[in-house]
Formats: sequence, C-alpha cells, structure tokens
Amino acid sequence: MCGTCGCGSENNGPTILKPGEENHHHHKHHHDHDHDHHHHSHEDHEHPHTHHHHDHAHKIVEVEQDVLQNNKVLAARNRGYFEAKNIFALNLVSSPGSGKTSILEKTLADLKDEISFYVIEGDQQTLNDANRIDALKVPVVQINTGKGCHLESDTVYDAVKKLEMKENSVLMIENVGNLVCPSMFDLGENKRVVILSTTEGEDKPIKYPDMFHTADICIINKIDLLPYVNINLETLKNYALQVNPHLQFFEMSATKGEGMEAWYNWLKSNLQ
Amino acid sequence: MHELSIAMSIVKIAEDETTKAKADTVTKIELEIGVLSGIEIDALNFVWESAVKDSVLENAEKIITLIPGKGRCADCDTEFDMENIYDCCPNCNSNFKGILQGKELKVKSLEIIQN
Repeated sequence: MCGTCGCGSENNGPTILKPGEENHHHHKHHHDHDHDHHHHSHEDHEHPHTHHHHDHAHKIVEVEQDVLQNNKVLAARNRGYFEAKNIFALNLVSSPGSGKTSILEKTLADLKDEISFYVIEGDQQTLNDANRIDALKVPVVQINTGKGCHLESDTVYDAVKKLEMKENSVLMIENVGNLVCPSMFDLGENKRVVILSTTEGEDKPIKYPDMFHTADICIINKIDLLPYVNINLETLKNYALQVNPHLQFFEMSATKGEGMEAWYNWLKSNLQ
Repeated sequence: MHELSIAMSIVKIAEDETTKAKADTVTKIELEIGVLSGIEIDALNFVWESAVKDSVLENAEKIITLIPGKGRCADCDTEFDMENIYDCCPNCNSNFKGILQGKELKVKSLEIIQN
C-alpha cells in the first residue's frame, strides 16, 4: 500500500476532479509501484546467505540519494511552469478547522474582479471545498488524497494541467488539513502560508515546529474570538519567531472581515 | 503519518537501483536520517514491514544512522548542537541561525545480490 495514494487498494487513490465531474476515473502518477515481479525467497536462491555471511555475489551500491528527490524534482518543474506564466502560487497549510477555506472564500469574493484566481483543493474525501469555491465562479479542481495525509508535487502537477491557467494569475493550493505531514513536501509554491486560529494553543508553533520552520507567512485567523479565548497573541508570535525568525504575520477574521486589507495588499504586491 | 510515503519512496529508490545493477534482492540498506528531518524513527519502523512487503527490500536488514543536529548562529557565529529546530544560540540567544546538519534524509547505500 502507498501512503501517498493508497495504490494497491482500488478506492484509495488520489482523484482529481472539477465540481460536477463524476468520481470515476483513475489517477495518473509519476511514480509507479511495481511490486509484483520481485518475489524472492532465500530458499530458491542459489547462494543461501545470512546477514553475517558475505559471499562474492554481494555488492555494495553507494546510492547517496535524497529520499525526497522525486518530489523535489517535480516541485521544481511546477515552479518553472509558474514562473514562466507569472503565476504566484501559495501553499496554504494548517490543522483542520483553522479556517483555510473561509479565508480563501473571503479573499476570492473580495478580489476576484481585480485578480485572476485559480484554486486547488486538497482533502482526503469529498468535493465539498471545491463546491464552495465553485459557487464563487473561480476555477477549481479538487484533489482527494484517499488515505494520503498531504499533497505531493506530482498530484499538484496533474491538477495544474487540468486547470489550464492564464498568465499573471494567483494559484491557491489548499493542502490537506494537517500540521505535520505537508511540511516535508515542496509543491513548487512561491510562498508557504501557515494558518493558525485563536482557538488553538499559543504554543502550537513549537509543538509542530517543522511546519512553521518551512513557512514564509503566518496568518492568525479568528481574531474576532479573542475576547472569549485564553490566548496571548504576543506569546504565540514569539513562539513562532523562535522557530522561524523570518515569518511575516497577518491577523484577521475571515468571517467578520477584520484585518483582510493588509493580506490583500500583500497579495497584490506580489503580483507586480 | 507521512513516514509511509517516505518508506514507499525508499522502496522506489531501492527498486530503481537494483534494476540498474541487474540485481533482484537487497540484503542490507543503510539510511541516514537527521534528527531535524521531520521523520519519527518509531513511525518509520512501524510502517516499514508493510511498505517493503513484496519488494526488493522485503528481507533487507535496515540500518539507520542518526545524524545529530548542528547550527551556526547568524549573529555571533557560535556553532552549537541542536535537538529541536527552534533551539536558539546558547551564547547570545539569537533565533537566527543556519542549520549545518540534521536535515538529512537519504539512502546511503544498498547491499545487493547480483544475478
């Protein structure tokens, strides 16, 4: 079984769909898993061996290869495509429920007349998020990762092809809600945006440091709830800066609209 | 549980390398994993058996070399040991640093049986 896509189990593979499409076609993957023709047991080998015994048929291959190399190579291909078309691509990461989709909806609703947007939604199951974006008449594809806990660059590449993006646009990639796994997988984005909400603990940046270490932007959402929750924003920011002193913060409430302007200005300034 | 997809990538590398070397089984695989790499060794060990099943790695001995974390302070140039990615400079408390080692995640070598 594959942790990326669940290959080996028919219902678990990632599917890439536009709203309205039926969930029936098979995914293409740039990595394949040919496990079947390598059955091999010690008994039918001509030179039975143990790990303590070396014979002449043994050979050491110095591989020295980065395990994530395949993902990095395909991420570089995405990045080159974005650069050539002047597409500003953002990878939005957070725990489930911090408001990624709400921030997206609010941003798209307010800016879609000024900026050409495209959206890739990543979730384990359902077209729900893509349908929310589709309701705003913004082009969107949904990646369902099945059992996978994060997006990888090859699936994003396939989704990007399906989007047929115009030049000078913004691509929002909403990753699977998970503050651990997506941190290791470069998708080819220009900036990584980590979102925290005020209902989460202020020490989250040091509990999940890898994600904050690899992010460029930190959005603190749900600031309208500050009077009701026991959280100190300065403490939270200090923890985040301890992990990554280069982080840039935006504080907002996507549902009430507070603080969105600074975020919008930053987005626009990156499209020049 | 991204360790499963990491394990699958390791299997893919081993499969590619054995094909190149015209071998069909691996007796030993050496991995180098930095303590700041984001990989939980326990989780990797947990998924290993199901990841390597029916692959060239099925009967391979797995040897993991842990690479300790090291950083250099960007403000005072002190070199220091790092256990966490957020460790600050022990000399001047600065959070600005370069990570010298500890982010490694690679397949170092394979011991194969050639046909």
